[in-house]
Amino acid sequence: MNLLMRNGTIVEAGKPPFHADVLVLGDKIAAVAAHISQEEAETLTRAQTCEGADGSSSLFSIADFLKNGLNILDIKGMHLFPGLVDAHCHLRDPGQEYREDIHTGTRSAAAGGFTDVACMPNTKPVADNKTVVRYIIGKAAREGVVRVHPIGSVTKGLEGLELSEMGTMKEAGIVAVSDDGRPVVSASVMLKAMTYAAQFGLRVISHCEDPDLAEGGAMNEGVVSTRLGLRGIPSAAEEVMVSRELILAENAGLPVHIAHVSTALAVQLIREAKKRGVNVTAETCPHYFTLTEEACEGYDTDAKMNPPLRTEHDRIAIIEGLKDGTLDMIATDHAPHHIDEKNVEFDKANNGIVGFETALPLALTFLVKPGFLTMSDLVDKMSKAPAAMLGLPEKKVAAGYPADLVLVDMETVWTVNRNTLASKSRNTPYHGWKLNGLVKLTMVAGQVVARDGKPID
Amino acid sequence: MKLHSKDLLGIGDLSTDEIDLILDTAVDMKKIVTSGIKKSNYLQGRTVMTLFYENSTRTRVSFELASKYLGAQAVNVAVASSSVAKGETLIDTGRTLDAMGTDILVIRHGSSGAPHHLARNVRASVINAGDGMHEHPTQALLDLFTIREAYGTVTGLKVAVIGDVLHSRVARSNILCLTKMGASVAVYGPATLMAPGIEQMGARVCGSIEEAVADADVIMALRVQMERQKKALFPSAAEYARFFGLNPENVSDAKPCALWMHPGPVNRGVEMPTLMVDGSQSVINTQVTNGVAVRMAILYLLTGRE
Repeated sequence: MNLLMRNGTIVEAGKPPFHADVLVLGDKIAAVAAHISQEEAETLTRAQTCEGADGSSSLFSIADFLKNGLNILDIKGMHLFPGLVDAHCHLRDPGQEYREDIHTGTRSAAAGGFTDVACMPNTKPVADNKTVVRYIIGKAAREGVVRVHPIGSVTKGLEGLELSEMGTMKEAGIVAVSDDGRPVVSASVMLKAMTYAAQFGLRVISHCEDPDLAEGGAMNEGVVSTRLGLRGIPSAAEEVMVSRELILAENAGLPVHIAHVSTALAVQLIREAKKRGVNVTAETCPHYFTLTEEACEGYDTDAKMNPPLRTEHDRIAIIEGLKDGTLDMIATDHAPHHIDEKNVEFDKANNGIVGFETALPLALTFLVKPGFLTMSDLVDKMSKAPAAMLGLPEKKVAAGYPADLVLVDMETVWTVNRNTLASKSRNTPYHGWKLNGLVKLTMVAGQVVARDGKPID
Repeated sequence: MKLHSKDLLGIGDLSTDEIDLILDTAVDMKKIVTSGIKKSNYLQGRTVMTLFYENSTRTRVSFELASKYLGAQAVNVAVASSSVAKGETLIDTGRTLDAMGTDILVIRHGSSGAPHHLARNVRASVINAGDGMHEHPTQALLDLFTIREAYGTVTGLKVAVIGDVLHSRVARSNILCLTKMGASVAVYGPATLMAPGIEQMGARVCGSIEEAVADADVIMALRVQMERQKKALFPSAAEYARFFGLNPENVSDAKPCALWMHPGPVNRGVEMPTLMVDGSQSVINTQVTNGVAVRMAILYLLTGRE
């Protein structure tokens, strides 16, 4: 569409926010300037449409122009971000469409301000071959409203034994490899996977969990698990595996990405590895800086996830890790589950929560508002860094870039309601929470896909 | 002229003069192989035993025929039905065969260094016909012979070696042999199958097949062992063929008449497609023929009469 947004505050990674007008023409950002008059905007719009009318490059005809014209929006007091990129989500498609599918999942993402999402391969069948990868890309093109970037599996069937056809899947469109949901148990297989993936320019995303240490656990091991009589998962289950991946990556000089970091020691291990020059990137998720194991009280299965919610000490360490750059990015780990998989005994409930629609407001409320991160830092962690890790082009609010934009109203406080989520699933621990920051608009390549925190269709 | 050592254990033990001597001798031996009457008496009264602890068609038969064409007695020890199956040690088997008057023991063994171990403990000459992931010197010499036959010299040639360098004794012997004789060697393969430090042995590690074969005079594909898939070293034959197999497009930057070589047995459609295996630039069958001639030369130079 053609849209002139006036008087907004533009936020980009690595520089202070600035006031500007932004003109979107078609699928691109046409101009960013201190002031763009309506006349200038209309002239530019007309120039663009005329270009299209004589059959040249533009997709827009005179008819389109007459129909669409130029919309003008005063966004004074609001923040305009480049589109958010989620490096870690589960769209459950193919195979578990009763939880989520590409249609609903991408709408949920759009509602949360994401323009690009990278989905994990633990679907049914597993995305360990080009056929499933092509299915995901094809369905996303037909039914999705945000860009979907499949992640291929590290090993066939997520079994941790034989490498998947990473080269062939890369040609089909994968952006990384991961056996997320399960650890790659064998260090030897993990080293070979890192070696092979790197040859194809892919990074291995490691789900760090020692299966022996974690066996049978339902929540973090500690006083709360003791009080509730639930079997605990020690933080060492995560830290042992983080150490292993760091050592493998360091020894072989290979890249690795650590998924969903949740413990203080894991943060410290990554911090030290980065100081030594290890090519490691790491993510955490909103639940690890907003919640602790206390949320499991009352056997609330919406607080059950893997890795489990940790202690207050860990939560503070996660925020420190985000502040000092040890944790490069925030991912959602959007993990929809059906009510029937959550409304059961705690130890029998599935792990995970939905995250697309709450991630940005949680980060704004619990990281930006208290001053732990600036808005620019947040854009780095939710757009620039994940895009870089996945090898996607950087998004910018600048002329010539695709019009992938999120408009955020920091002043609006809204209440999370699990029953009105765009996701097909309802498993959120944030029901009833009051959060700052409403996604006023999400735009993918010039198309408005969400408005006021809701998808358009 | 003779070789300085009683054994041929690896390329590393041979001087360039000795390599030239083997190749020059093989020229004459090839005349016997390709003549109507494949018979001579250079090794009359000698006994050659082949002791293969690993499967082989071409190398074992090649040594057996080479011995016979030279007039020697050739005996194959069938390891599977021998005392080895009863638990006899390598040294005891070797000494037993030695005591029967064997002149040459040709050994293939899954353990790197087994021929060296045997050679120290027997009177007979020991020829290494492939030891673990270490060396396969007669293969490298027959490859060298094949290249020299085509180009007249090896010095200054560019050779690309593509595939499983990590597990390949053929690659190690060839890299040693070719660089010793003045050729340059570029290698490429799956990163999981690249031998650490191979560049310190004289090979240039490349980032793509195209880079490795650019301007090459010789392109040598290495055999892929399909069971390596189970060890997470590569995903599948199809993906191997797509990214690490030779094809007419990805070798198009090599010299127009570059030789296409393979130590065999070939996985058709994996290391290279049938149209290359059977193509006009393929010298795979010539390698086999030359193998007999080169092994005759080696047998002769180790124990033959002047």
